[in-house]
Amino acid sequence: MIKAIHFEKIRTIAVIAISLLLTLLIIAVVSDDPLRTMGVFLTEPLSSLAHIGNIVEMAIPLMFTGLSVALLFRANLFNLGAEGLFYFAGIVASSIAVHFTLSAYVHPIVAILAGGLTGALLSAIPGILKAKWNVNELVTSLMFNSILFGVGLYFLNYKLRDPQAFVNASYKFHPSAMLNNLVPGTRIHIGLILAILSILAVHYYLYNTKWGYELRMTGSNRSFAEYSGINTTKVIIVVHLIAGFLAGMGGSVEVLGMYNRFQWTGLPGYGLDGALVALLAKNNPLSVIGAALFLAYIRIGADQMARMSDVPAELISIVQAVIILLISAEQFLKFWKTRMLLKEAGIRE
Amino acid sequence: MGSSPLLEMRNITKVYPNGVVANSNVNFSLVEGEIHAIVGENGAGKSTLMKMIFGMEEPSEGEMLLAGSKMRFRSPQDAIDNGIGMVHQHFMLVPSFTVVQNIVLGMEPTKGGSINYKEAVRMTEELSAKYNLAIDPHAKVENLSVGMKQKVEILKVLIRGAKVLILDEPTAVLTPQETEELFRELKGLKREGHTIVFISHKLKEVKEICDRITIMRSGKTEGVFTTSDMSERDISRLMVGRDVVLKYDKTERRAGPAVLRARDLSYMGPEGKPLLSHVSFSVREGEIVGIAGVEGNGQAELVQALTGSLPGVKGTVEVAGENMIGRSIKEVRDTGVSYIPEDRMRQGAAKDASISDNLIAMFYRMKEWNRGLFLNKKKITRFTEEQIARYNVRCKGPEQPIGMLSGGNMQKIVVARECEAAPKLLIAEQPTRGVDIGAARLIHERLLEMRDDGCAILLLSADLNEILEVSDSLLVMYNGQFVAYYPDVKEVTEEELGFAMLGIKRQDAAEVRRALHD
Repeated sequence: MIKAIHFEKIRTIAVIAISLLLTLLIIAVVSDDPLRTMGVFLTEPLSSLAHIGNIVEMAIPLMFTGLSVALLFRANLFNLGAEGLFYFAGIVASSIAVHFTLSAYVHPIVAILAGGLTGALLSAIPGILKAKWNVNELVTSLMFNSILFGVGLYFLNYKLRDPQAFVNASYKFHPSAMLNNLVPGTRIHIGLILAILSILAVHYYLYNTKWGYELRMTGSNRSFAEYSGINTTKVIIVVHLIAGFLAGMGGSVEVLGMYNRFQWTGLPGYGLDGALVALLAKNNPLSVIGAALFLAYIRIGADQMARMSDVPAELISIVQAVIILLISAEQFLKFWKTRMLLKEAGIRE
Repeated sequence: MGSSPLLEMRNITKVYPNGVVANSNVNFSLVEGEIHAIVGENGAGKSTLMKMIFGMEEPSEGEMLLAGSKMRFRSPQDAIDNGIGMVHQHFMLVPSFTVVQNIVLGMEPTKGGSINYKEAVRMTEELSAKYNLAIDPHAKVENLSVGMKQKVEILKVLIRGAKVLILDEPTAVLTPQETEELFRELKGLKREGHTIVFISHKLKEVKEICDRITIMRSGKTEGVFTTSDMSERDISRLMVGRDVVLKYDKTERRAGPAVLRARDLSYMGPEGKPLLSHVSFSVREGEIVGIAGVEGNGQAELVQALTGSLPGVKGTVEVAGENMIGRSIKEVRDTGVSYIPEDRMRQGAAKDASISDNLIAMFYRMKEWNRGLFLNKKKITRFTEEQIARYNVRCKGPEQPIGMLSGGNMQKIVVARECEAAPKLLIAEQPTRGVDIGAARLIHERLLEMRDDGCAILLLSADLNEILEVSDSLLVMYNGQFVAYYPDVKEVTEEELGFAMLGIKRQDAAEVRRALHD
């Protein structure tokens, strides 16, 4: 018998299955050669080492932002500021990669730390506003995304821009600052190890330390946390610092691992995708790995599909929207849970 | 008043899905044009009965007759359509809307597809003139005083054509002047032929304006009386009383030095109403001091003052000789204060967190519960299993979310957490509200055990059984003050307690001040 306790897992799997079925259904309607297109979408991402590499490369930044957002959501803070922090930390790390000359091991560490600390400090602003004056963190964090993008673009245009590059991009990074490759034949870089280490660290922090306990209780019921003597103001500020650090670290790792110049002239979108990853992972640090890989997999599948068939990659936005809707719809499959609970209680056979 | 009743409830029984019998075989009738009081203690079933009349709940058994014909209300809309309106104790108004907008909400007069505000204002003014309920139709509700908001509520009900008005403790939030005004208005409504149901604890008010009284006690009606035949004392006698359900063999009290000592606690509410005035008492080692009183007479504020969560309170609170006023909740708790809150869903538990997470809220920051950076998970699991066994909690294990437990089992976890911290002072606020008899017995026995071990316990309860059986001495709160102190609970009669709780009789200040044990 399936237990009610597994309900959330089953529900997530059901959501993914439904969204994939819907994708296939749309393909069947749109494509002239539906079977081949479906084949491309589902199997092409796994068809070669290079493609698998693409999935992992894309999953690295998603893990960082997903982890950052999951931590905030866990504290019941609906903060979507990872986007701007990710971008701005990329600028900071790039500046260090361009303007500093350091030895091979120290250079990326300094750049990533600088990016992470920038993220933490900037994230503290909505955090303090929320903790002290109950300013809605969703509003401030979204506004900060625009502010950070604007300021970042200014730095790119006036401080980092290489006039000799053909596009709007920074000077080339010092090779010493760039992250080493991890798997030959792909572009997977050591950022993957950093991402997984961060996830493990956050997992232990959340479930095995007293500070993580305070965070979880504050998120679950702030009145209860306060009644227990937890300083929730402090907790909220600390969560923002950690989440900001993770998002900033993600941005730094991404630019140093995947590029040799800073060249984002628009927000890359990883921050908001992080919210989707956190939703799929049910705000569980370890599940962020799977959720990020899944999202990267369907993205790469869509890219390949656009390249090799007659269905555009934008299809994937529909799928993502369906996932978000179904996962956030609390009533979805609830009747089933109720039935399982009744069965377990022995009321219904 | 010999005419046939306008509304009749016959043999009404209401059983809630969780098994609580709120009404059993209740009979109630309303004669057109009367003001009819329903009095009873908290939990006597008054609200349930009113909810059924107003269509918010459906009776499990029994029938309801309106002007002689059988009726079944499935929603408040049915009740409104049949001319029954309710003014709730907590106002249901949109603060950012004007008076007119609130009054016509959902039934706005329209002209050519848009709302006709002129007409709405005219309707409001006409109604307020007719019933002499003076109000500025353009004022924003958020800027109104409580008394004015109540007028808006009454107008809201009247404009929907209500002939029967149910007022749920309408004077609880009013100042004496506002109360007087309300009574004038109610008398006016009566003259116009309206019928009013008046729910209250305040017997003086009931005597003042009501024609008849229905008295309720633990889900049953004690009878219907003509007000002029009854004295306040008669009413109180019928209202307050108990059926002894739980009895305990208590050991002799061995009171030590005072652990909690509160002096001259005073607090002014946001509306300028004094909610606590010069409250002084002490709780000594090894005794249980009960505080009885009808809810809303300052008990909640008193507990907040004692637990460090009432900024702006005047006076002193000492626990084990240390001043607690101005301390954070954490500091108060670290002094050795435990607190079982009244509302376990809001404060007492994090419902999607596990049982063990809920149990360790008092301990997680202590050194013994951590190993270096990490929490000692083994110790936590062992502790949780022990408590589940000790308190006989029905659950699937330490990791089950507490929200999936029944109310009684959830409360056992809350009690376990607060008691196992070995506090010097335990404040228990309605510790057995809404739990089954078995859980209540277990909780009471645990409290008595802690008292024998020398813990000082302050018990606040609206449940007379509990307060008379469990406490050693008793204080009675009325209107933010202590009005009676009984050093030995055995010497209190229920009758006397009823008089004190309802403010009919009060001891002089010196007698009450003995509770301080200086």
